[in-house]
Amino acid sequence: MFNVEEIRKDFPILSRKVNGKSLVYLDNAATSQTPQQVIDAIVEYYTHYNANIHRGVHKLSQEATDLYEAARKKIQEHFNAKHTHEIIFTSGTTHGINLVANGFSSILKAGDDIIVSALEHHSNIVPWQMLCERTGAKLKVIPMNEEGNLILSEFDALLSKNTKLVFLNHISNALGTINPITYFIEKAHEVGAAILIDGAQSTPHIKPNLQELDVDFYVTSAHKICGPTGVGMLYGKEEWLKKLPPYQGGGEMIAEVTFQKTTYADLPHKFEAGTPNISGGIAFGAALDYMNAIGFDAIQTYENELLHYATEKMLEIEGLKIYGTSKHKTSVISFNLKGIHPYDVGTILDKLGIAVRTGHHCAQPIMDYYKIPGTVRASFAFYNTKAEVDALVEGIKKAKMMLS
Amino acid sequence: MSIEEIQNEIIDEFSMFEDWEERYQYMIDLGKDLPLIEEDFKTEANIIKGCQSKVWVHAALNEDKIEFTADSDAIITKGIIAILIRVFSNQPPQAIIDADTSFIDQIGLKEHLSPTRANGLVSMVKQLKMYAIAYQTQLN
Ligand SMILES: Cc1ncc(COP(=O)(O)O)c(C=O)c1O
Repeated sequence: MFNVEEIRKDFPILSRKVNGKSLVYLDNAATSQTPQQVIDAIVEYYTHYNANIHRGVHKLSQEATDLYEAARKKIQEHFNAKHTHEIIFTSGTTHGINLVANGFSSILKAGDDIIVSALEHHSNIVPWQMLCERTGAKLKVIPMNEEGNLILSEFDALLSKNTKLVFLNHISNALGTINPITYFIEKAHEVGAAILIDGAQSTPHIKPNLQELDVDFYVTSAHKICGPTGVGMLYGKEEWLKKLPPYQGGGEMIAEVTFQKTTYADLPHKFEAGTPNISGGIAFGAALDYMNAIGFDAIQTYENELLHYATEKMLEIEGLKIYGTSKHKTSVISFNLKGIHPYDVGTILDKLGIAVRTGHHCAQPIMDYYKIPGTVRASFAFYNTKAEVDALVEGIKKAKMMLS
Repeated sequence: MSIEEIQNEIIDEFSMFEDWEERYQYMIDLGKDLPLIEEDFKTEANIIKGCQSKVWVHAALNEDKIEFTADSDAIITKGIIAILIRVFSNQPPQAIIDADTSFIDQIGLKEHLSPTRANGLVSMVKQLKMYAIAYQTQLN
């Protein structure tokens, strides 16, 4: 049974005071909080197993390697990848995207197209712009509509035999829209293009089945899924990962080195140069264990309940406008109060111990679409409560009173 | 009044407030009262992009003192600007160059002048000083 009060006991930080008030943490889309089980995994690693991996003959190194590789296996099973070596440990979503973009710079040429969506995070726009500059390929953008949905017919019109790569996020960080990625994957494949999905905002809420999706690349960050910062994963289909050149040179990624030629190691090590974030990888696995013990179905049901409760309560506030009103969205509410700057609302909420995000959420093009400087974004996780939603609503009312 | 005298006056005013709400309400009201910068001066050249909120600053030399006008799109930022303008405007350049902003800590608004806040205020203070240095050079 899903019991939010029991779950909250796993998160020591949730009992913190901020500005003399009980913390109400509603910035989960930026970074989720860390349960004791994950903290323990990190402490346990440094207490008992700390050693460099894949290179020692000694016991500690062997044990550390086993733990790290067991985490990779956990991630593979969680996302239902076909092979363990299709899971590449990265430092996070941004790293994964850059790794793929860099790989494509030896594949793309002038006349090729890359298609991205209008709902992207900056980290999903800049690497492609850089890739286009290097290769002469063109960047095309799938536009969005007022609700924050991508316009599918416009995407169809952009596709051609020149399309080599399509990228979009599974869920928008600024608006919470859940994109119909199966549609994009099928259409991209019809013209022979590869597709990369940014799962930074989806993986905290749903459990994507990568083989069933038939996606070519999928990336995420552990810190969005109750794991630590500085670690993430890139999934790539084996045939794609074999095709792409390595991203960085260094130890671990080579099979043989002479000054004439180096042969690269097999997957996944080809993409894992240098000593990785070992404790982070292991804790990533622990975070997935933690989430799975609660269950993604239960998480989703509960978060939807919170989303609907919050949406209803917030819309009762006069002058409050929600941006991103797709029928398919996760527990993210981006909003503004009429005539009031989001920064001011965020500042008052912070004084009340309520953590929200304000600004353009690294998604300037979306703000430009709505012609606003930014929004206030409240993003809910499975450990948030209706009482916290009530505190937010009261806080917004107070901010409105003080600021207007 | 000298910069220091004005700063002490502000510290006195703020000491009357009982809690953050009164402090913030006062700042918000100051922000509302701040004489707006003339539209003509809201140019790209006068803008300080703070990521979270925007700040515009305009400076003009009036005899041997600098007059600042400023604005922001966020009201709390504007309230702090009003305080900074009250302290720094109509002062001789050298006094502005020599002044510090530690009084902001004393009135409980330190967090707003933190570089991580990205509201444009830290850059604004730097900008005020730059103007002062430029005008001081001109006066010499
Ligand atoms: C949709 C999306 N993509 C990419 C990122 C970047 O993730 P990271 O900073 O962990 O690399 C984020 C995180 O803010 C995100 O929400």
